[in-house]
Amino acid sequence: MAKTLFEKLWQSHLVEQLDGDAALIYIDRILLHERTGSIALKSLAAADRQVRNPDEVFCVIDHIVDTLPGRGDETMMPSGKEFIQTTRSAAQSAGIHLFDIDHPKQGIVHVVSPEQGIVQPGSTLVCPDSHTCSQGALAALAWGIGSSEAEHALATKTLRINKPQSMRINFEGQLGTGVTAKDMILYLIAQYSAAGSAGTVIEFAGEAVRNLSIEGRLTLCNMAVEFSAFTGLIAADKKTIDYLGGRPYAPSGENWKQAVRYWQSLHSDAGAVFDREITIDCAAIEPMITWGNSPEHSCPITGTVPKIDSANKKSASMQRAQDYMGVKPGQKLAGLPIDGAFIGSCTNSRISDLRTAAEILRGRTVAANVRAICVPGSTPVKHQAEAEGLDKIFIQAGFEWRESGCSMCFYAGGESFGFQQRVATTTNRNFESRQGPQTRSHLASPATVAASALAGQLTDPRTTQKS
Amino acid sequence: MALQPFTVHRGVAAPLLRINVDTDAIIPSREMKRVSKQGLAAGLFAIWRYTEPGGREPDLNFVLNKPQYRNASILLSGANFGCGSSREHAVWALNEFGIRAIIAPSFGRIFYHNCTRNGILPIELEAAVVHYLAEAIQAAPQQNKLLVDLPNQQVSVAELKFSFTIEATPKRMLVEGLDPIAMTLEMTEQINAFELQHRQRMPWL
Repeated sequence: MAKTLFEKLWQSHLVEQLDGDAALIYIDRILLHERTGSIALKSLAAADRQVRNPDEVFCVIDHIVDTLPGRGDETMMPSGKEFIQTTRSAAQSAGIHLFDIDHPKQGIVHVVSPEQGIVQPGSTLVCPDSHTCSQGALAALAWGIGSSEAEHALATKTLRINKPQSMRINFEGQLGTGVTAKDMILYLIAQYSAAGSAGTVIEFAGEAVRNLSIEGRLTLCNMAVEFSAFTGLIAADKKTIDYLGGRPYAPSGENWKQAVRYWQSLHSDAGAVFDREITIDCAAIEPMITWGNSPEHSCPITGTVPKIDSANKKSASMQRAQDYMGVKPGQKLAGLPIDGAFIGSCTNSRISDLRTAAEILRGRTVAANVRAICVPGSTPVKHQAEAEGLDKIFIQAGFEWRESGCSMCFYAGGESFGFQQRVATTTNRNFESRQGPQTRSHLASPATVAASALAGQLTDPRTTQKS
Repeated sequence: MALQPFTVHRGVAAPLLRINVDTDAIIPSREMKRVSKQGLAAGLFAIWRYTEPGGREPDLNFVLNKPQYRNASILLSGANFGCGSSREHAVWALNEFGIRAIIAPSFGRIFYHNCTRNGILPIELEAAVVHYLAEAIQAAPQQNKLLVDLPNQQVSVAELKFSFTIEATPKRMLVEGLDPIAMTLEMTEQINAFELQHRQRMPWL
């Protein structure tokens, strides 16, 4: 019988069907970070339980650590140091891998894992972080969990879960100039709402997905959670295999050959049936920008803030968001003055993102009133960018060039863009006060953010001539 | 470590009828001040509950600050409640504040599981029903308490009664206050056997 990719991953990890509707699913890799992993490790130790397979658990310091040069355990976030030091000592006592602040592999967990070959096609991977869905881009079943579930996975190497439904989203046709994976996912959420996938496992498919680089696919899957998905997935293909070859934790030698043979089977079979299927015509997608406080509040950069129809069931939330964001119905998004520009986060901080932005910034400078910051997704990304001279382009353009980490994707009491400051940002959440008290975040692609930083206002990257 | 079981609960319900209430709103990151599951109640809904960012002066327009909703233990809310960040601190904060059940048309998946792992009952009911419940209690919320009956899967107030569905596993975990880690550790032999086979099938992992 024809199987979906999800079905193949599920079946190959099914330890036992439990009473009722739940299943016990084997977990190959567990990732942790200092923000939520700290409490999971601490509670596990307090309950006198052991980490079952420490060698298959990886921990990074990414969330609370500062991204300014010369950083250490002390952070701008009040009590940040406690999170870092608790995580470090708990990781050391548990004997798990730790990519600490000064480790050459340090970075944002969802950037580090693919980069190091920790996530592999056909594997299951969990992390107490909602953006773990990013890693489904490599044909793995990777999903975000809470701290208690992380404790369960650490102690038992399994999770008890109810089997989610499946959904395929076909991005057919080709993307227009200046349209990226970020625009695809924002477009999808705008069309079908932030609750649109209702807990399903989404397989992203179609010509435009096949044409994306692995890094583009990571961006696409990253925001599956903003679409309320259990997780996102993409079939393994030659790009997946080429990407993983030679990575530090990827298989090698005879194991590599055997793994590749298996990985080649990791796609949905012809005729496989999904619980739900959606097709998107990519010709309709333009560079997108959010105008409100949910990722569903987005429209093309050429568009206007929507008018509110009082019969619309969402009118109250739209009104609230427009008031918060300081925008008016009918107002054009392009041309809205900005105070800040942020390039970073697990969504858009990989080398290809930095190259795209640098191409636009080369030889130019950001508008005088704009505070612009670039935070590479990992220490290896930072070093690669520096080897290519991208750091100089960012710095000459007036961007701050930072150490890697989650940084100002969220406000934890340390750095922020400030009260009612308007920010073009490559991050994934435009929630109220996410980037600082009353900060107004407009989500967009690295190209759109770079173009907007130069102009000092939200700008269609297609109108910015490449230098 | 058995959890606090949930069977029948009667309490004051407070309407927070917004859609997409995210976990950053339930507890802002800056309110997660310690590596601890405790000390979070004061940070619950901080960006809406207080007049100043980081301050503690109650904003009297926020539902949980209104005297008629004092001691609320049930929240009524909009679709996709608890979307966003996986932070379990959102549930620990709600729990410490005294919230025992949340009624909404849908929930963020991770948040939903975090609730059932901590003895909080998430109830899915259509938006129209949630609004109906909010109207039914609003004249006198302290008197018109909601009765939530998990074994019989019913929510009621006075003569009004609505049934809800919940999957068998989370229901049992909640009613019996079970510790899933202890239950799974009892299956260590099956896990060992599976792991052995799995490593033979995928030796590169």
